[in-house]
Amino acid sequence: MSSQDPTVHPGWLRTTHWLNAIAVVVLITSGWRIYNATAFLGFSIPKGATLGGWLGGALQWHFAAMWVLAANGLLYLGFNLTTGRLAAKFFPLSPKALLEDLLAAVKGKLAHADPQHYNMVQRLAYLFVMLDSVLLVLSGLVLWKSVQFPILRELLLGYEGARRIHFFAMAALAAFVAVHLVMVALVPRTLLSMVRGR
Amino acid sequence: MIIKPPPRMAIDHQAVLNEAASRIRRSRTISQAGRRNFLRRSLTLGGIAMLTGCSLVDEASVDTALSRISRINDDVQGWLFNPNRLAPTYPESMITRPFPFNAYYGEDEVREVEESSFRLEVTGMVADKRKWALSELRAMPQIDQVTRHICVEGWSAIGKWGGVPFGNFLRHVGADLSAKYVGFKCADDYYTSIDMATALHPQTVLALTYDGQPLPPKYGFPMKLRMPTKLGYKNPKHIQAIFVTNTYPGGYWEDQGYNWFGGS
Repeated sequence: MSSQDPTVHPGWLRTTHWLNAIAVVVLITSGWRIYNATAFLGFSIPKGATLGGWLGGALQWHFAAMWVLAANGLLYLGFNLTTGRLAAKFFPLSPKALLEDLLAAVKGKLAHADPQHYNMVQRLAYLFVMLDSVLLVLSGLVLWKSVQFPILRELLLGYEGARRIHFFAMAALAAFVAVHLVMVALVPRTLLSMVRGR
Repeated sequence: MIIKPPPRMAIDHQAVLNEAASRIRRSRTISQAGRRNFLRRSLTLGGIAMLTGCSLVDEASVDTALSRISRINDDVQGWLFNPNRLAPTYPESMITRPFPFNAYYGEDEVREVEESSFRLEVTGMVADKRKWALSELRAMPQIDQVTRHICVEGWSAIGKWGGVPFGNFLRHVGADLSAKYVGFKCADDYYTSIDMATALHPQTVLALTYDGQPLPPKYGFPMKLRMPTKLGYKNPKHIQAIFVTNTYPGGYWEDQGYNWFGGS
């Protein structure tokens, strides 16, 4: 191995990761209960998977956890940009390398040998989930305060448009979490490094 | 692309209204059990409970912490609220027909208020505490507006309300405009309260008509406070008494856990 610092994830990253995980679990499960109040896509989320018990309780959880998500997300992005980690870990993005990595992944041969280095699929997945989270916050802002943020409201296709964007951005985040957890189960030492840093 | 509101109300609105009524009745009876479930389930989320700074076995303090955050969110919303920012208005062709009925009871339990004996009470921090007949309110200058009603349940619908700009009414009765709250008591035993800034917003209307006709009972005869800057449950129907106060009056849903400011 190289003589580099063996730290895979610095402390600020691990802290913001786990705070984010808690906030996302609360927001998604309470959000499902809120969705159930008017299940506009024709199906309801099983009650056992939701948080809050009733609509008012779910809203209280949702509007508490949103502060954790937003504040923690700003901290994460701030550290990521100022430490240069964002540029170092996630860029450059190469479509050709992405295709090769995707192909390797399908064949089950995608290398995870160096935990310091993200392959193209990982880079894209993590960048996607960052942008998706920003979209969730912005569309959530429109749902919460549609009159006070008129430009944002019109950009996100009005109240009813933002409502759908918020739902599908949640679905995309939930899909990411599912794949993320499968990958962690396949390569358990990534869990270890997210806990102790190495 | 904006997806149209679900067409089911237009297809069989009676069935939907019946279902909504029974759902609301059910949700009232299970609401206490629901709260217990919510607390019990929250205990399984140890990390979250710790985040709120409460001990894992103390159910009440989770509830207290969440309520406290909800009050902080009231303050944030009061701070975000721009008294001059208008909610979008729509052409009449976009009105949702039929406009959905919603209350804490079913449509078959709508209260009928007798116009001839009706008098609106105005009390609290106001100079003129005399009672108002409906005809006197109709004699004041009226406005009409087509706005989106957003329900706490997520759905929204566009409707047309007309009546007296509420700020004008408050000034007319000599209300203390520096007071914090305006409270409402309703003929259907509903009650709620709003902040003074929203009460004075130019689109806040003491609505006497719906879609150009006197407010029908199901939409809140004899009058409803219509605020396109607030969620539906903040818009009281069948208003019987209005009072201006500095003492937090709460509300029917707010006392059970809905956010008090409840504003868009």
